[in-house]
Amino acid sequence: MSIDQNTAAKVAKLARIKVEEDALPALASEFNTILGFIEQLNEVDVEGVEPMVSVTPMRLKRRDDVVTDGDQQDKVLSNAPDAREGFFAVPKVVE
Amino acid sequence: MSDLNKLTLAEARDALRKGDTTSVELTESCLAAIDAADALNAFVHKTPDIALERAAAADTRIKSGDAPSMCGLPIGIKDLFCTKGVPSQAASRILEGFKPEYESTVSQKLADAGAVMLGKLNMDEFAMGSSNETSVYGNAVNPWRRGNDDAPLTPGGSSGGSAAAVAADLCLAATGTDTGGSIRQPAAFTGTVGIKPTYGRCSRWGIVAFASSLDQAGPMTKSVRDAAIMLEAMMGHDPKDSTSAELAVPDFEAMLTGDIRGKKIGIPREYHMEGMPAEIDALWAEGRKMLADAGAEIVDISLPHTKYALPAYYVIAPAEASSNLARYDGVRYGHRATLAQGDGITEMYEKTRAEGFGHEVQRRVMVGTYVLSAGFYDAYYNRARRVRTLIKRDFETVFAQGVDAILTPATPSAAFGLGEMTDADPVQMYLNDVFTVTVNLAGLPGISVPAGVDAQGLPLGLQLIGRPWEEGDLLNTAYALETAAGFVAKPGNWW
Amino acid sequence: MLDLTYETPKIKTIAGAKHDWELVIGMEVHAQVSSNAKLFSGASTRFGAEPNSNVAFVDAAMPGMLPVINEYCVEQAVRTGLGLKAEINLVSAFDRKNYFYPDLPQGYQISQLYHPIVGEGEVLVELGDGTARKVRIERIHMEQDAGKSIHDMDPNMSFVDLNRTGVCLMEIVSRPDIRGPEEAAAYIAKLRQIMRYLGTCDGNMQNGNLRADVNVSICLPGAYEKYMETQDFSHLGTRCEIKNMNSMRFIQQAIEVEARRQIAIVEGGGEVEQETRLYDPDKGETRSMRSKEEAHDYRYFPDPDLMPLEIEQAWVDDIAKALPELPDEKKARFISDFGLSDYDASVLTADVESAGYFEAVAEGRDGKLAANWVINELFGRLKKEDHDITESPVSPAQLGGIIELITKGDISGKIAKDLFEIVYTEGGEPSEIVEKRGMKQVTDTGAIETAVDEVIAANPAQVEKAKANPKLAGWFVGQVMKATGGKANPKAVNQIVAAKLGL
Repeated sequence: MSIDQNTAAKVAKLARIKVEEDALPALASEFNTILGFIEQLNEVDVEGVEPMVSVTPMRLKRRDDVVTDGDQQDKVLSNAPDAREGFFAVPKVVE
Repeated sequence: MSDLNKLTLAEARDALRKGDTTSVELTESCLAAIDAADALNAFVHKTPDIALERAAAADTRIKSGDAPSMCGLPIGIKDLFCTKGVPSQAASRILEGFKPEYESTVSQKLADAGAVMLGKLNMDEFAMGSSNETSVYGNAVNPWRRGNDDAPLTPGGSSGGSAAAVAADLCLAATGTDTGGSIRQPAAFTGTVGIKPTYGRCSRWGIVAFASSLDQAGPMTKSVRDAAIMLEAMMGHDPKDSTSAELAVPDFEAMLTGDIRGKKIGIPREYHMEGMPAEIDALWAEGRKMLADAGAEIVDISLPHTKYALPAYYVIAPAEASSNLARYDGVRYGHRATLAQGDGITEMYEKTRAEGFGHEVQRRVMVGTYVLSAGFYDAYYNRARRVRTLIKRDFETVFAQGVDAILTPATPSAAFGLGEMTDADPVQMYLNDVFTVTVNLAGLPGISVPAGVDAQGLPLGLQLIGRPWEEGDLLNTAYALETAAGFVAKPGNWW
Repeated sequence: MLDLTYETPKIKTIAGAKHDWELVIGMEVHAQVSSNAKLFSGASTRFGAEPNSNVAFVDAAMPGMLPVINEYCVEQAVRTGLGLKAEINLVSAFDRKNYFYPDLPQGYQISQLYHPIVGEGEVLVELGDGTARKVRIERIHMEQDAGKSIHDMDPNMSFVDLNRTGVCLMEIVSRPDIRGPEEAAAYIAKLRQIMRYLGTCDGNMQNGNLRADVNVSICLPGAYEKYMETQDFSHLGTRCEIKNMNSMRFIQQAIEVEARRQIAIVEGGGEVEQETRLYDPDKGETRSMRSKEEAHDYRYFPDPDLMPLEIEQAWVDDIAKALPELPDEKKARFISDFGLSDYDASVLTADVESAGYFEAVAEGRDGKLAANWVINELFGRLKKEDHDITESPVSPAQLGGIIELITKGDISGKIAKDLFEIVYTEGGEPSEIVEKRGMKQVTDTGAIETAVDEVIAANPAQVEKAKANPKLAGWFVGQVMKATGGKANPKAVNQIVAAKLGL
């Protein structure tokens, strides 16, 4: 499978990473190198093999339904680039 | 006592308990060494105030006879660990200025064991890299050099700052994390010991996630004994991590008898890679002989899917990373790009992430995004997970045949020069992890032990891979190997 | 067991310019689990708190934070599944749904795409006119709610509150078995009723604790039957999803409006585009959410931070055993045990509190009479003051006491109403009130005879008239009742008057 510039641009968009137009050819070519490497996996017979779910299987831990956290607005907001009136502020979102 | 910073954890612990020195003296010695080693760029956030405060507290505890296992021992913490009130930015610009309001479980356990944090250590950005060159702080430098050549070498990655700091005696030991070899490869490049425990042994809570199903923390130390002491302090069940194992923590140090008579050591034929340097092959053969001389039974084994580990890894790790790194969006913490007039939320995301992530991280996030995207999920991601099942099965098969540990080279080469790989394609760099990555995919414990030097005087490591949850047994085999190898070389202090 | 038979409701059609069209509706209902803490964090789920105060570091997706599941939420999903007669999957798993949005801190929502905890079930949706539709449930999965973005506090900025982030939702996905706006509303009402019986979701739509995404398509008569036969969706029209509706009224309006929009497109020779739409109740139209839809590719994959969720059959069995009686069963039982009408039984089982109240009143008493009093007198009176049953000042024991007095013949129906009003406003034990205030019916025939004799003696002219025209006996009854202050047993008075007048 070969990735063209268009696909590279789409992937960048999906990953929300701005990639300048002139950087797309190099990016596409890097993708192709990596994907070419990955494609070795096609040599493996995986018929009937289950995809790995957890490498060290164990029973999923559970919590009780008790409020043990929260009530720390100051700490939640302390690292925010822009916090106002108890909220995180971001550029206007248009729905 | 002089050169306190050169002590091992075990030596320093014993000296403290005997009253030969104090934690404050030890800590001051390390802080001085750190200040004199800026050229290594290993410590990227120094915390002398915290260190001296904790050292003084440790001295009080030692005096009162209430010293836990690592009381008063100065260590470094990889920048990937969140440390309360101290910058923790995974060597990334996107976490610029981020000071967590919480402490990672592992660094908390170390603090509870009395360890003294000297500061935060350099690494590849988000632990993605094998040379420390992807760090926003600039690369750390290996204290080792090739003979009289003063070309700077990589300390390896991603835990390169940790490896450099331990090798240069800036701290007695350091934490590392290992997703594909990030503890073991730098340990091998710097003549230090690094162990990645079984997946689930060390809590991942509070460690910036790279690839959740592969990430494990572990110690990087000057000796196998130190690795035993520190691993014991780091691990244990954590109810805050759903993948943390509910198992008791054994006394690893007590298990270091050096007696490996009758142990079955497997030599996997698939690890003979084409084009592997003769020195690596020779070291491996030597390691095999050392273990045989110590009374172990050496058997040739086959791990048939070894070849596919690296490509499977380069699907699974980027896929998980693409999702784990989605939270770095400029909304709640870290870097936010300055926006132009009219920029909306999408521009904020795209610019923030383009400015905040370095090239390698961007590349992996995008590869991960691609392999998970509609139409490719089965072809790439699910196939890689199936191959992962097969890789784990390979190990299960040989363990079922009675193999106790597996001996392999740790890396395909000695430390390479910084900048040497700049023009290589990304896959060339990925090949550094060829011997280590299988262990992460199978969730097994693996340890790198310095076993010799190459013709240029650079350290080389051998890797031992153990059965799941049997770190104690693995450490003991590593201890026997370490004893037999008698590796004592140290880099000259040029910095 | 369930023994209710219903006719299938008539399918609503909408007349287009060229044809009559049928509607096909499927719903994804998001029901917030009534838990104290969030699905994967220990922060509170309380509504209406200060912004970003019910937030754990996990909820804010701080680096290195990890999810640990709240077992109570799992139990509620299982209970809900059992309540919808659905298959419970002993192994389910969590997946990440990846997309960027400011109120989604992780950049992904933890959900269950590939292996939901609950599989196929069904709901009987009654429409109140004796008809009912069986709606198939495809699945129920657990997932995290998102936070809240506020767009109207600042002209240039949106504000994000993460209090809701990570609260546990059950997404209940139906098959496209709903055939009209009324059915859609009835379906949600029924789910809500069942979940309130189970206590798994409070059903508060205003607070957004119950909301629905509604998939609407249109087809020509006959096409749906072909789909049902083959389960082949190509027989149906292209659907549009109307997102995030939290009002029954708007859901019905939106379906109607959306169906008409699609009819106009198709009859105009166009094609309906599959997309997500929003209903604007002010304008009474749906509009496309293209901005959100653009380049969506959720890249679902199993969450590596969570092992698969394995539950034990014995645990499920214990939950099943502890399940309360559900609306359908309760209603059937009320009909058979108390002889109630379908309508009365429906009214009384609408919510578990009313049903419980009724049963306490009816226990050991006349069920039909109890139903009449609960529905007509009590509910009527409560409604007047905008109270619900839990706020009733009259306890079941008090109302039961009133009913007993009626049954015993101690008070008449008319007096009973007065008594009810006294108990409602002043409280007190009904039989004591009746005793103290002398409200008891006079059933002592001697006393009644005396009263009748007095009336007859005082009105000889009337006696003559009555003998000629027996209908006038009623006048004597009235006089006797008046003389006894309304407390004489009317039946006894009638008999004695007739006998004395020789009628």
